[in-house]
Amino acid sequence: MKDNVTLLVESSPQLHEQDSTAQIMWTVVICLLPAGIWGVFSFGPRVISVLVVAIGTALITEYVMALLLKQKGTLLDGSAFVTGLLIAYVLPPAVPLYIPAVASVFAIGVVKWSFGGLGNNWMNPALGARAFVTFSWTGALTTWTLPRQLAAIDATSSATPLGISKGNIADYAGRVGSPMELLMELGYPQTAMDHTVTQWINSTLGVQLDGGYIDLFIGNTPGSIGEISALFLLLGAVYLLTKKIITWEIPGAYIGTFGLLVWIFSGSFHGAGLFNGDVFFHVLSGGLMLGAFYMATDMVTSPLTRKGMLIFGIGAGLLTYLIRFYGSMPEGVALSIIIMNIFVPLINRYTQPKRFGLTKGGNK
Amino acid sequence: MKGLLTFKKGGIHPHCNKHFSEKETIVSVPIPDMSVVPMGQHIGKPSDCAVNVGDNVTEGMIIGRANGYISANIHSPVTGVVKKIDNIYLPNGMKSQTVFIEKEEGFTISEYRPKREDWASLPEKELREIITDKGIVGLGGATFPAQVKFSIPEGKKVEYFVVNGVECEPYLTADHRLMMEKTDKILEGIKIIAKMIQAPNIIIGIENNKPDAIEAFEKAKEKIGVDLTIAPLKVKYPQGDEKQLIKAVINREVPSGGLPIDIGAVVSSVGTVYAVYEAIVNEKPLIERVVTVSGGAIKNPGNVLARIGTPVKELIAACGGFIEEPAKVIIGGPMMGFSLYDLSTPVIKATSGILALTNSEARKAKRRTSCLSCGRCIAVCPMGLNPTMLFKYIDHNDLSSAKESGLLDCKECGCCAYKCPAAIPLVQGMRLGKRLIMKEKVKV
Repeated sequence: MKDNVTLLVESSPQLHEQDSTAQIMWTVVICLLPAGIWGVFSFGPRVISVLVVAIGTALITEYVMALLLKQKGTLLDGSAFVTGLLIAYVLPPAVPLYIPAVASVFAIGVVKWSFGGLGNNWMNPALGARAFVTFSWTGALTTWTLPRQLAAIDATSSATPLGISKGNIADYAGRVGSPMELLMELGYPQTAMDHTVTQWINSTLGVQLDGGYIDLFIGNTPGSIGEISALFLLLGAVYLLTKKIITWEIPGAYIGTFGLLVWIFSGSFHGAGLFNGDVFFHVLSGGLMLGAFYMATDMVTSPLTRKGMLIFGIGAGLLTYLIRFYGSMPEGVALSIIIMNIFVPLINRYTQPKRFGLTKGGNK
Repeated sequence: MKGLLTFKKGGIHPHCNKHFSEKETIVSVPIPDMSVVPMGQHIGKPSDCAVNVGDNVTEGMIIGRANGYISANIHSPVTGVVKKIDNIYLPNGMKSQTVFIEKEEGFTISEYRPKREDWASLPEKELREIITDKGIVGLGGATFPAQVKFSIPEGKKVEYFVVNGVECEPYLTADHRLMMEKTDKILEGIKIIAKMIQAPNIIIGIENNKPDAIEAFEKAKEKIGVDLTIAPLKVKYPQGDEKQLIKAVINREVPSGGLPIDIGAVVSSVGTVYAVYEAIVNEKPLIERVVTVSGGAIKNPGNVLARIGTPVKELIAACGGFIEEPAKVIIGGPMMGFSLYDLSTPVIKATSGILALTNSEARKAKRRTSCLSCGRCIAVCPMGLNPTMLFKYIDHNDLSSAKESGLLDCKECGCCAYKCPAAIPLVQGMRLGKRLIMKEKVKV
């Protein structure tokens, strides 16, 4: 036996689960990819330049900031890549290219690094940047492009389903019972795929599903680059859930609260009364899926404990409902999450874990 | 499996890796030429060295006397001559006075045969005196002097004697083998302790990954005549900690800062129970213990009976040496044990395992980043603490906030650091914080 072996000496525990920040970030990137590929397919190759500019600027800003603040190796941890990717995902496809650039500089330079870099920011960088550019270039940020799937049918209207619903809700109250019926009344285009699948569902399950939901689910609608396809976003989210990178609490509470409020109250905006809201329409449209699974779950800007996460999700659901139905904007996901980000320290303070040996209930 | 008991809060599931050694019967390792016996082997004050250089010592003779109430006697593991008394560093970083004993030519281990089978006629006080004399300490890891634990303070009553057969640390199989090979003696030892502490109920907790041990106790308990409840437990680390074990088997929580006796429980590991049996029935002092020698870098992993004071490298040599260069040699279990830098470190009463891990086994934490606030450390903390917050308090030298938030409840089980994706040395931080609080007598 050799007497002189070189041994590694470390503090206990001597084992580690082997997960890492970089692994978490790059897994999120992979899970986001299907939705992005769908965005490129739907809106054409120009979208790639938006992605490249957003991600490239984010990485360059990260590099420069880390250099200025003398921190090493932060580029490869993947967090700046995720931020850049998410920024591109929440921008309209035809956005001028200086906007993703400015958004990425703001996200990484201001929202993230002015508080000390990864782990220290209080607001989701991508959403902070999205809010910043929305208020700076509102016109460009509300100009939508039809995806190729719809452009072939009707090239005139390019507003998002949510935008149309919100814009016409007062005029049509009482005449149509739901946002989907409203879209149909206005002759909003539907793809052949939607017809086929809806018919198949109706005949096999014996239900009366209106046309249009399948387009919303698959992502045959105008919208931001990465938000349109609930299907592909869910695909990645399921993987993140099984890998325990995200837990069900935030998306569950968020979508659950929002869906419940929509079901109970939103019908009255269409004159359809209480408990008659169109849950599917509202859950599948806009940025809810992207926000609930990929942005509200951002570890840095969400609460620490499961109880805190539930409160966070419920709050975001409530705010999204209020903004969508009472606010001036058709959306509401981005602002809701940012507002809840502000509450995170407070939520953390009041949802500390229960310490062992201090609970009275445990002892007889 | 459903219906199995476990503790509720936190816990992790590292790879068990018990397959290396769980089927290997316990074998003795040769007595080393030079035994290295530190005086600080237990919690509490180090023993007073009772020998001088040049003294002749005999096997089982007291060479270190208990220094105060929370301390323990230390006995010579061999017959021979004291060659040197010097300070060495123990794996935990503490300096300890140490007696070096050269083995006498031709010394062989004496057999400790049963001498006192009628122990039941002895009064409890006398049983405790024997245990004190024989230097018995808790062998589960904490090495708390056994007689202190078995002296029930005035006004407290024991309701449960909980025997710890959990062995939740990965790799370790010493207790498992002991349960398989010394079932009857452990049961006899349980009877002795139950008499000593007047325990009306006896429960043994064994994790479900040791079905053979569960079966062995089921079979033998009638024969020995022990009214023992066997509690098979769901595998979860750190169930072998007495607080988690008590929670699992009788659903009571040891109060923060308190002891198991505060809720009517006394816990002993099967290793301790066996040592008590040997002390009472065989009049044998604690001069040897079962050690698991395992890991991918060991040629023939197994469980060995080693004399206290045997250098680690002798145990490794007895198991065939290394088949490849180990990345890390750990003394104890991989979750709470220490990595060694010197293989001449001796086996002491606390040594449950020697693990030589290969590079791939060592599973080093990846690159450290800032805390992501993922909350995983909180989710796995069995004490319901907030490790990331405590770490920040300690980092900012806000020790009174750390103490107020329960830092002293931390037992360094390592669940938080095992999980941390940012590779923050949480346990190291907690340890530092606790030492500083003790040193500076921080008040909340």
